[in-house]
Amino acid sequence: MRDLLRIASGQGFWGDDLDAPVRQVEGGPIDVLMLDYLAEVTMSIMQKQRARDPGAGYARDFVPLMSRIFPAVAERGIRVVTNAGGVNPRGCAEALVEAGREAGVAGRVRIGRVEGDDILERLPELIAAGHALENMETGEPLTSILDRVQSANVYIGAAPIVEALERGAHVIVTGRSTDTALTYGPMMHAFGWSPDDHDRLAAGVVAGHINECGAQSTGGNCLADWWTLPDMATVGFPIVEARPDGSFVVTKHPGTGGRVTRRTVTEQIVYEMGDPSTYITPDVVADFTTIRLDDDGPDRVKVTGVKGGPRTPFLKASIAYSDGWKATGTLTYAWPDAVAKARAADRVLRERMDRLGLVFDEVRTELVGWDSTHGPLAGEPPADLPEVQLRIGVRGPDRSAVERFTRELAPLILTGPPSVTGFAGGRPRVQEIMAYWPALIRREAVEPGLAVDVVEV
Amino acid sequence: MTRVPLVHLAHARSGDKGDTANVGLIAYDPAHYPLLVEAVTVEAVKAHFTGLVHGPVERFELPNLHALNFLLHGALGGGGTRSLMNDAQGKVFSTALLRMEIDVPDEVAAAVRGRGRVPAGWTPDRYGSP
Repeated sequence: MRDLLRIASGQGFWGDDLDAPVRQVEGGPIDVLMLDYLAEVTMSIMQKQRARDPGAGYARDFVPLMSRIFPAVAERGIRVVTNAGGVNPRGCAEALVEAGREAGVAGRVRIGRVEGDDILERLPELIAAGHALENMETGEPLTSILDRVQSANVYIGAAPIVEALERGAHVIVTGRSTDTALTYGPMMHAFGWSPDDHDRLAAGVVAGHINECGAQSTGGNCLADWWTLPDMATVGFPIVEARPDGSFVVTKHPGTGGRVTRRTVTEQIVYEMGDPSTYITPDVVADFTTIRLDDDGPDRVKVTGVKGGPRTPFLKASIAYSDGWKATGTLTYAWPDAVAKARAADRVLRERMDRLGLVFDEVRTELVGWDSTHGPLAGEPPADLPEVQLRIGVRGPDRSAVERFTRELAPLILTGPPSVTGFAGGRPRVQEIMAYWPALIRREAVEPGLAVDVVEV
Repeated sequence: MTRVPLVHLAHARSGDKGDTANVGLIAYDPAHYPLLVEAVTVEAVKAHFTGLVHGPVERFELPNLHALNFLLHGALGGGGTRSLMNDAQGKVFSTALLRMEIDVPDEVAAAVRGRGRVPAGWTPDRYGSP
């Protein structure tokens, strides 16, 4: 049994720093590299990509990344655990096998893939079996929007990751695993934690939460004393040094930028937090009010004391459905009386849209540079504001109305209030709205369908 | 007592879940946490966010981290990809809460003056220096 497991975070979302995982591998000793690629919206984007190309539907950046770090995986035995598989873990794993052969690690690396979280094809069968998949916020049954569903995945826990590690996988690709399971799954495997060991699993969940947004726990986006954070150009991503008793230290590689303090870690702990005493995951319910943080030297924070309780009978489904169209455009107005000009332009635009008979569910106007983030708390703008950006958006079920809106902005330059610029980006893009439908489903409807496969490169 | 904006007493981070924004409010000085518990109530926060948060406000206490967590329901214009807001994911809602002012003892007000703001004379070429 090992006494220490170092789990490095290399990616906090699809689009994060491309070189961070390589810096984690090259910057010092690590045992596991976890890469989180998924967010609520990501699955529906991937589902659309897969509809156009059956080979797509996963985080494509992950394959060229692995080409760079396959040698380290083969030579140092680093395990890589990621939900990069998106809606196509199989396609992702196949691409990885090919990339591994090209990288010269054939016969030395095994790829594990986890499938079964994708319930899109199973929805009619599940509904017929009595799983209503009611919206957790509104209580409506899924049947009310079933014909518009674009993706449906269930957040799954660590069991398949543990199984893949037991079967010798070096790289594990999942679909909608929870972000935290990518960190505590390897801890369960390394330390032999049982699924009933609630406190240790809860500690692993806290470690996973600290890891899952990359540099957001090491100084990135940190408000406290942000101007003093050193070398953010080379910010170090977090590394969890986990111990078998459930305690762990959050740190980063020596010589990297950013900082690890109780403040940087606490900001990440409260990020996207609901009821802190009841942080529900597929494997355990963690109590974040029991976390104890202590300084443990420079750029080291020790985490102890975490308590947890038994898992619930349910898993959470993440369902995305088409819910109309939207577009947002901007124009910039200059001093003098920038705000007055922007407001007059907004009025002209709205009157023209009314005359055209365009109907929307919402038309929203914000003044970037004044009230677009704090709303009414910004108060009335000063008369001498040097400039302001008019930001206007529309949303509705009728695509052609939204499309027409995008053609009404540019005309304002020659037909509306003066001193206007900033239209170089061209006409706004019409976007399809993918709304989010959170629902619970009994775990026995999903867990028997989870499948782990391990193949040699 | 002196009125002080929260920006001098606490730092904060926010995130989203659907149409709900969360704001975690963290006391810089653990000794000031009770002041936050006392003054930054559900009612006060709801009043502060009039016109910006359209649903109920919930508050949770994390004394272990000297932090409060707020859930602001109906704050994100429908949330996710439906929202037309610039801050559709509530990323900077945290800073809007830090505008809120509370009464604190005069000696606390004196001690926290300027806290949480970039010091006078600081320039970006000094990024990373205290």
